[in-house]
Amino acid sequence: MVNQVRFVRRDKVDKYTNIKVKLISIVAAFFIMSLFLIMLKINPKDAFIGMIKGAFGSPLRIRQTTIKAVPLIITSLGILTAFKMKFWNIGGEGQILMGAFGASILALFYNGFNSTTLLLLMALSAAVFGGLYALISAVLKIYFKTNETIVTLMLNYIALKFITYLQYGPWKDKKALGFPKIANFPDKALLPNLLGVNVGWIIALILIILVYIFMNHTKKGYEIAIIGESINTARYAGINIKAVTILCVFLSGALCGITGFIQSSGVNGTLSVEIAGGVGYTAIIIAYLSNLKEPFILIVSVLFAALLQGSSYIETSLKIPNSAALILQSLILFCILSSEIFTTYRLKFKD
Amino acid sequence: MTSFLHATIIAGTPLFLSTLGEILNEKAGNLNLGVEGMMLMGAVAGFLAAKGTNNAFLAILCSILFGCIGALIYAFLTITLRANQTVTGLALTIFGSGISSFIGQNLSGKVVPDRVKYFLSPIKLPLLGDIPFLGKVFFTQDIIVYFSYILAFAAAFYFYKTRIGLNLKAVGENPYAADAVSINVALYKYVNILAGGALCGLSGGYLSLIYVPAWQNNITSGRGWIAVALVIFAAWNPCKALLGAYLFGGLDIIGFRIQDGFISKYFLDMLPYLVTIIILTLFSFKRSKKNSPPKFLGLPYFREER
Amino acid sequence: MKPLVSLKNIDKSFGKVKALCDVSLDIYEGEIHTILGENGAGKSTLINILSGIYAPDKGEISIFGRKVNLSSPRDAISNGIGTVYQHFKLVESMTVKENILLGQRDKDKDFNKKIEYILKKYDIKVNLEKYIEDMSVGERQIVEILKVLYRGAKVLILDEPTTVFTPQEAEKLFNIMRKIKEERCSVIFISHKMDEVIKISNRISVLRKGNFIKTLDKERTSIEELTRLMVGENVDLKIRKRESKKEKDFNKTSNNNELSIDKKSEEKRELSLRDVLIKVEGISLTEDVKKVFNNISFDVKKGEIFGIAGIAGSGQRELCEALAGVRKIKKGDIIFEGENLTGKSVREFMKKGINLGFVPEDRLGMGLVGSMDMVDNLMLKSYQLEKSPFLNRKPFKERAIELVKKLNIKTPDVNYPIKYLSGGNIQKILLGREIYINPKLLILVYPVRGLDINTCYTIYNIINEEREKGNSVIFVGEDLDILIELCDRIMVMSRGEVTKIVDSKDATKEKLGLLMLGMKDGESGEIC
Repeated sequence: MVNQVRFVRRDKVDKYTNIKVKLISIVAAFFIMSLFLIMLKINPKDAFIGMIKGAFGSPLRIRQTTIKAVPLIITSLGILTAFKMKFWNIGGEGQILMGAFGASILALFYNGFNSTTLLLLMALSAAVFGGLYALISAVLKIYFKTNETIVTLMLNYIALKFITYLQYGPWKDKKALGFPKIANFPDKALLPNLLGVNVGWIIALILIILVYIFMNHTKKGYEIAIIGESINTARYAGINIKAVTILCVFLSGALCGITGFIQSSGVNGTLSVEIAGGVGYTAIIIAYLSNLKEPFILIVSVLFAALLQGSSYIETSLKIPNSAALILQSLILFCILSSEIFTTYRLKFKD
Repeated sequence: MTSFLHATIIAGTPLFLSTLGEILNEKAGNLNLGVEGMMLMGAVAGFLAAKGTNNAFLAILCSILFGCIGALIYAFLTITLRANQTVTGLALTIFGSGISSFIGQNLSGKVVPDRVKYFLSPIKLPLLGDIPFLGKVFFTQDIIVYFSYILAFAAAFYFYKTRIGLNLKAVGENPYAADAVSINVALYKYVNILAGGALCGLSGGYLSLIYVPAWQNNITSGRGWIAVALVIFAAWNPCKALLGAYLFGGLDIIGFRIQDGFISKYFLDMLPYLVTIIILTLFSFKRSKKNSPPKFLGLPYFREER
Repeated sequence: MKPLVSLKNIDKSFGKVKALCDVSLDIYEGEIHTILGENGAGKSTLINILSGIYAPDKGEISIFGRKVNLSSPRDAISNGIGTVYQHFKLVESMTVKENILLGQRDKDKDFNKKIEYILKKYDIKVNLEKYIEDMSVGERQIVEILKVLYRGAKVLILDEPTTVFTPQEAEKLFNIMRKIKEERCSVIFISHKMDEVIKISNRISVLRKGNFIKTLDKERTSIEELTRLMVGENVDLKIRKRESKKEKDFNKTSNNNELSIDKKSEEKRELSLRDVLIKVEGISLTEDVKKVFNNISFDVKKGEIFGIAGIAGSGQRELCEALAGVRKIKKGDIIFEGENLTGKSVREFMKKGINLGFVPEDRLGMGLVGSMDMVDNLMLKSYQLEKSPFLNRKPFKERAIELVKKLNIKTPDVNYPIKYLSGGNIQKILLGREIYINPKLLILVYPVRGLDINTCYTIYNIINEEREKGNSVIFVGEDLDILIELCDRIMVMSRGEVTKIVDSKDATKEKLGLLMLGMKDGESGEIC
């Protein structure tokens, strides 16, 4: 008889197996990536060591990695908030752009405040714009049962086209000599630095704690978790599903909007179409890999930031396109996804 | 007007191919959000093959093959390893866009070789092509457009008139029922998902080889996602998918047509995405018995072996 | 005589749990063979082995004296074993004909010929073009049977087919079973309804905790013996009710935990029975153009157990959800102690201090959250009463520990996700939470479905205790015997309407069955 392999449920699911399986799958992802690099006649050892060097090799690079980690952390927190409710918000990109847009309106046109007030108002405006932009999908879902995945995605493209329109049209900087860019923010609309990096990293750390408390220790967070687990249970418990959904999605978008604020005010110094740069999508992976747990978001975001920073470093030093980072990201995700079954099942060979 | 409609068909064809690809996936009960990724893989592979071999046939074959490879990853993960379909699909999209920009790094701006272009240029069909107006719009097209006409009807026949189509419906509606009557659920899923991947790959190849026809990064620009939405618009019906794809094809090119008009080009570029949302909303709202998704869409199936 | 199917020394374990241990069984031609056992006795494992879903660890299966290896459902059916599962495996959006044809290669013409022959032979009437989603449970069952007969089954396995049936529907099924028997095929019948088992079977095999106990001839056994063999000890399967007259009959077997009721409380009860706790007047619910229930009126007195009977899907579940505020009704009135609750939400109930306990049919899908632990589940309703926006888990943790002790809930600790617990423990958590607030009205929808006998009786006793305290209970059940025994009055529903409300003293199973089918007088009429 042919040898047959089948999955048999494990007697007990324990944390140890879980961690072991996850680590093995990350190693597997690097292994596959190595094969891929060897195929392209690149020494994987050089590539990976180059990446580590590029990410942590010098204080400047560590600062660069931190700058890359901040938007990932905040956006992932936003994604987490929605995913906890099983609301598949993949519109982080669009919400970041609209958040940045909200901050830019103040920075560019209504900046008659002192720096602190202006920055606070910009952050608030960014959060509101990001939140309201996300709300479109929530409202459509609540009242028309529209699939939020596709709506949030389409909204990404719309936001992108909208900012492109601004950049090439009404907001085009006349001083840029025909170059399509939006004017730089005035100095007082720029985030100050702390330890060589814009204060975004402090905001990110504070937000991790706030989101953690909100999701795990407040009534609203509890209600979000219940809706995510079972709409019927939420109905049974008398939870106002519409109101909680709106709050949850607004918060999710608001967090992404804050990312837009930090990116425009702290990193780019202006609004541009490149501001989101795939963060919205990477955040989905991070939220998923963190198992929707806030503290893990920090760790995974830093690792992903290192991956991004490292790959942009080896782009120049080893001539590897930085889309390698995307491939590696998806490979890690594939491997983790494949590994999930092994945490609850084990393979059994029988004849 | 004739030339506008002619161009609409060309713009609609890749949308149709990937929509049909997604329909095959969803009929088998799998929500595959990796359409965009499979299209990108097919696009870059087809373009590279066209550059390398100068052979249109091989280029198209390569597109199809790469679409299949993407689908195989998805199928293996979601069927055999029972991974979450939504996340796997998203991962596939990221993977596809990574691979395509990685490989396409040095191809940006390059154009398709003339020999390939010539082979894939429009052919006027005898008789049908002579019909006034319609002949120009529908029957003076390239071979893939003709292939897509046939495909729409072949797929409809497969879904509604054959026994394997019936079995496929059972797999998507209730795999437990299908399994109980000895239908090989996994096999049906694999075959249809791979076929769907082939169509998505072909769709990507069509973009890079015929529609553009040159390489540009992120060549699909969200068409894969529009295809996912079109499936709902088409109510899982291949013939309606053809109509929907042409409608969106028209929206896609309207920005090019109204140059220097009263509305900014960038606003018109938003149109397909905006209309997708509107149509999706309308169709989700009046969902009836007939145009509801397969009941087991998105859910993993496994015979419980404790 | 050679057995048609013969199982020898079958072993099957899942991890550390031994589901079947050394089971041997012979099924003969032309017999109806019942397999009797409690939940967890190994019945479903045995069925799954016979239908090719599980492979046994040890032992052999022979069919017509030939050793076979059943490694897939396909193997099972090609060896003539056809299974009708408790949870039907039909595609709802397809017609009867399409469902029968699934996975088959027959041409339409051959199909028509074959199906007509089968319909005639077994005297079955069914509309082949009807969609499954438009069919009742009874009709669906018949489609399932047709499906396996069409595939040439010689041995038909029926897994708890009558659980949700009226006695009349069950009778129809028994007729088909008898026909199958006459055709020299056999039926393996899984059930725990004793009277049915005795009525229809030729032989009965008893399983207990994975062990094969005994095969008995119907003629030479009794309900008492079967129960004893099945449960493994002398149990008193009577509900401890207080009416002194009935009590004497019930106490044939000794029981230490008997609740003693003095005369005073009996008198108090008589008095309170005059007061109406909840009055329902002409409520209707329409969802997606479909009438779920229509023009329902009844009242429940204080200290009364009010039963609701009906074929599954007659609107009883939705009615209870509406009473509990989970579904909103637009027409009619619900008056609870003089206060109109119509259109009010669960949250408004709680704010008003209306103590209402509700155990829904779908325990993990509605009453509880499977992935959360006991503490978080106990908070589910009460957290709203706290004024602070933050959660305070401490009192609920204490309550959880208390509940574990009181109801003997088996869990590693109170922070363990409840979905990994057994069905009985899950139900105890749910019921425990709902009675903790001492509800004036407790609504229970199929509270004992899928539970073992001991837990069932724990729950029946909890219900009685509630009545004792002067609280009222609305009880939706499927076992008519239990309903008659437990309840004061029984309301019978059919197709979303009330057929009749009967006093349980005057109720018989047959009468309830006819009422469930919608025959108002509950006495005569053709069974269609």
